[in-house]
Amino acid sequence: MTETRELVKKLADKYGRTRESLIPILQGVVQEERYISSEAMTEIASELDMSAAKVYGTATFYSFLDTQPRGKFVIRVCRTISCSMKGKNLIIQELEDMLKIKVGETTSNRKFTLLETNCLGWCHKGPAMLINEQAYTELTPEKVRDIINDYMKK
Amino acid sequence: MANQINLTIDGMPITVDEGTTILQAAKKLNIHIPTLCYHDDLCVAGNCRVCVVEMKGSKTLPASCAMPVAEGMEIMTNTIKVRTARKHIIDLLLSEHNAKCTTCYKNGNCELQELASEYKISEPMFIDLVPYKNYQMDAYSPSIIKDDSKCIRCQRCVRTCEELQHVSALGVAYKGAHMKISTFFENPMFEVICTNCGQCVNRCPTGALIERNYVDEVWQAIFDDDKHVVVQTAPAVRVALGEALGMEPGEIVTGKMVTALRRLGFDSVLDTDFSADLTIMEEGFELLGRLKKALVDKDPNVKLPMATSCSPGWIKFIEHTYPEYLDNLSTCKSPQQMFGALAKTYYAQKRNLDPAKIVSVSIMPCTAKKFEADRPEMSSSGYKDVDYVLTTRELAVMIKQAGIDFSALPESQYDSVMGISTGAAVIFGATGGVMEAALRTAYEVVTGREVPFNGLNIALVRGMDGVREASIKIDGTKPEWKFLEGVELKTVVAHGLTNAKRVMDAVREGKGGWHFIEIMACPGGCIGGGGQPIPTNEEIRRKRVEAIYREDAGMPIRKSHENPEVIALYKEYLQEPNSHKSHELLHTHYKARQRY
Amino acid sequence: MSNNFLRRVDLIFDKDCDFKQVLRNAYKRSNDEIINELLESGLRGRGGAGFPTALKWKFTSEQPDPEKYVVCNADEGEPGTFKDREILFQVPLKIFGGMTICAKVIGAKEGYIYLRGEYRFLLLELENQLQIFHSIIDDLKIPFHIKIVMGSGAYICGEESALFESMEGDRGEPRNKPPYPTVSGFRKKPTVINNVETLVYAFMIFRYGARKFKELGTIDSRGSKVFSVSGDTPKPGIYELELGMTVEQFVQEFGDGDTKAVQVGGASGFCVPRKKFKDTIIGFEGVPTGGSMMLFNSSRSMYNVLKNYLEFFEEESCGQCTPCRVGCQQLKLGIEAVKKGEKHANYLEQLQKLAQTMKITAKCGLGQSVANSFSSIVENFREEMIY
Repeated sequence: MTETRELVKKLADKYGRTRESLIPILQGVVQEERYISSEAMTEIASELDMSAAKVYGTATFYSFLDTQPRGKFVIRVCRTISCSMKGKNLIIQELEDMLKIKVGETTSNRKFTLLETNCLGWCHKGPAMLINEQAYTELTPEKVRDIINDYMKK
Repeated sequence: MANQINLTIDGMPITVDEGTTILQAAKKLNIHIPTLCYHDDLCVAGNCRVCVVEMKGSKTLPASCAMPVAEGMEIMTNTIKVRTARKHIIDLLLSEHNAKCTTCYKNGNCELQELASEYKISEPMFIDLVPYKNYQMDAYSPSIIKDDSKCIRCQRCVRTCEELQHVSALGVAYKGAHMKISTFFENPMFEVICTNCGQCVNRCPTGALIERNYVDEVWQAIFDDDKHVVVQTAPAVRVALGEALGMEPGEIVTGKMVTALRRLGFDSVLDTDFSADLTIMEEGFELLGRLKKALVDKDPNVKLPMATSCSPGWIKFIEHTYPEYLDNLSTCKSPQQMFGALAKTYYAQKRNLDPAKIVSVSIMPCTAKKFEADRPEMSSSGYKDVDYVLTTRELAVMIKQAGIDFSALPESQYDSVMGISTGAAVIFGATGGVMEAALRTAYEVVTGREVPFNGLNIALVRGMDGVREASIKIDGTKPEWKFLEGVELKTVVAHGLTNAKRVMDAVREGKGGWHFIEIMACPGGCIGGGGQPIPTNEEIRRKRVEAIYREDAGMPIRKSHENPEVIALYKEYLQEPNSHKSHELLHTHYKARQRY
Repeated sequence: MSNNFLRRVDLIFDKDCDFKQVLRNAYKRSNDEIINELLESGLRGRGGAGFPTALKWKFTSEQPDPEKYVVCNADEGEPGTFKDREILFQVPLKIFGGMTICAKVIGAKEGYIYLRGEYRFLLLELENQLQIFHSIIDDLKIPFHIKIVMGSGAYICGEESALFESMEGDRGEPRNKPPYPTVSGFRKKPTVINNVETLVYAFMIFRYGARKFKELGTIDSRGSKVFSVSGDTPKPGIYELELGMTVEQFVQEFGDGDTKAVQVGGASGFCVPRKKFKDTIIGFEGVPTGGSMMLFNSSRSMYNVLKNYLEFFEEESCGQCTPCRVGCQQLKLGIEAVKKGEKHANYLEQLQKLAQTMKITAKCGLGQSVANSFSSIVENFREEMIY
């Protein structure tokens, strides 16, 4: 059994095999593998006895259910106007410089993916970003450097 | 009785059952409200918003297809507010749509085009979005072409694939501006679990889903003097072709169609009904053989219930979904493929033709037949048994191209050999037809008497219910069939793959106790096939079915085993049903495919 | 607070609250009494739409189906809104309490909290709090259980029927209405779905009584509300304020002295320009808001603001209905074309009409509300759109 198949089985055991289990299972796959591969989706379709196209349709609907390979740490910078007004572009610039990738890309060592996202709900403390689940707020380029340097060591 | 609701539409009072939608109520008043995502066969989506109407007291315009009536409701279907909104919506759809209508395959049979014309959309009101889109075209399938640039996202195809067929090869993917109709991981239709049934094609309001057409290839063959082009016509085509040529649903156009095919230049106009009769002989004896093995030999390996194998959509469905039951399928090829195998062997021999120079064309109500003809299993004549499959719609195109006034054509007869058929073959076109034809023959073979039903009409297996069970008690058997004495032959008929699934799940659970299963992939059977004229809906299917049974009742011979050409074929060529030669040419096995 | 007209309130975050006692007292009252108390309070939904909470509960309670649900909408995604996050973080028990009272009234055994994916970092603590909560209600012998369901980054799931679709494992596509959730909600069963803040207010009304709540605010907008203040302001943050203030009063308190516009209600809300500050009341009689208050000073381009919102909608529309899916793309491209000079300025009027069509024909609140910000920004800042 492949790792992905085992993971999907484990998640299905945990969340059940009904339609309602689909999103928790997809979330579980993203947590473990950082994205939902075609293999994972067919395994899920098989476990839940549903159409693979429907699994794909559901996964692609949600911004956090990535269907493309992502890095170990997914950085999502808030692109809402309030964060823009507080210097979001400088943050993006800093991240791009540090990681040597553009928004939407993943570093070649598969450690970081840089994305923009819609409102994170930290408008009073912009600019804000998420790294995986963790929120970072009131960012400055200096702060970003420290944060990313820490992650680089992880 | 449901509660009665009073409302007015455009000032006209009407009383309807509770639960009726505004759209349905308006229809009763003969008020036409335009629709796009709505389809009689499908659940209500309410997403195109073209059918919006004004409702007194509401700031928003509800979608009439999705809004149930309420007491005292006042609806206006034609106000300036409604007209402006509809025009905007049509304009928006056009802005997202690759509107090269003149070069579109659906030109002239496109609901969006019709609406644009009705609302006199002239200059585009909004920015053309097509250049901003990375629209994909999937033309890998031998049956279906999917062109996203023509798609209006009404999701009729998605609902068809899910609700009617329980396949869901098509789904909705992404959201917002990127929302699209997609297969799993946007793989080609050819590589996913699509059954090629074409029900989506039949319901697509635009040119986003169309059949792969072989019209030009067939013209090429016809005009190639070196080729002998034979054509076969499926039972369901003769009761639907007229619709695509300006006639009313339910007209039988067999004779005109034969004349038209001859005028198009086919060298020989033959009938799939002939091979349908042949299928009954092969399949009927196969069933009796399996019953014997089960009841007399107590062979544990014999697979029952036996399932029909005429419908290529059903075959692909079972390959993907119930591969463990592939051995329950009759090993008979479909009538189209039996015909194809014989055209380049028996027919060639009879007519003294070089099979290499025969081009075999079939006219089918079906898009899956195109895929079937391409299967590697289908070349037992040593050549590709059927070279080109045209849908009913494509034949209509050819007839129009040839400048033929179809309704004014005289009627004529099929050529021979392989042109004579019976009423039992015609009813193959309707759900339950194969079962009825098989029972007419099998019962008589076993008992020496006709089936005990008035006028040979086995009403038990007819009708439009999704799953229909019937049983027929066998008594007074001939000596060689004595083991069947007193046996209650249990059958079940299903049409539409959602119903096929119901039957197969029951089989899987060990329920039913059936001996013989007839399954047709399309709602109503072949008369509702994916290659039939557009539109197809419940009422039209009913009319086509009625025509099929009328045609049967009017045939001089109504039992397959009495078809003189079939009798001659066995005598001259095949010897007997399920003979070695038969197996070589007329039978096959299918293989499991991936489930997802 | 410097401004006499702005009254700060402390109902939501008040920590001096005996949770168990409030619940016990509420449970002693009949369902009719509870509904009447809520009705008396005038509490309307705090998510933005403002439907009277008592009626929602009442309608659901009247449904004969034995299986019903109470759902807390914690899918706060409106740009500029972050008050639910703070409520979830600071006073989760009150949310659970509001759900429990609702469950009693409607007869639900199960409750769900749909938490947006962006707030996953709150999950662990919320689960801990739920444990505490469940042990309390076990003590009180209340047969009710709450589970948390995680969202995954889709703004549209804040729309109630889309939220149910998502909870059921599907794409978050809004359903046709009717039927409304009170009749057919989660699992097609009668469901009360309330915003986080609404549930807390409901709970607090059973602590303080309807009268105290009703004393606050105006006839149309009773009580207080939690505001999320951001943008060009020296004091961004979360403030619980009495309803009924004008935008001018708000700007006096929170502006930086150069405020030219306030976006009330986020991307789907209204833009109020300086000249209308005085006459615009923040509340259901004026500009309603789920709490988002974004201030812009004169250094900001309202074109950029609008474009940012339209990019947001273009992406976050579910895509199923024509007016919203295509309309959002057209509005965005349209203002870009005008700005670049590729389209004449009067194309803006064409777009305004389109926005009005979206407002009356879109399938759900998202598509219907795009016109709010579009029309108010284009109308009030037309020059900025062109030059």
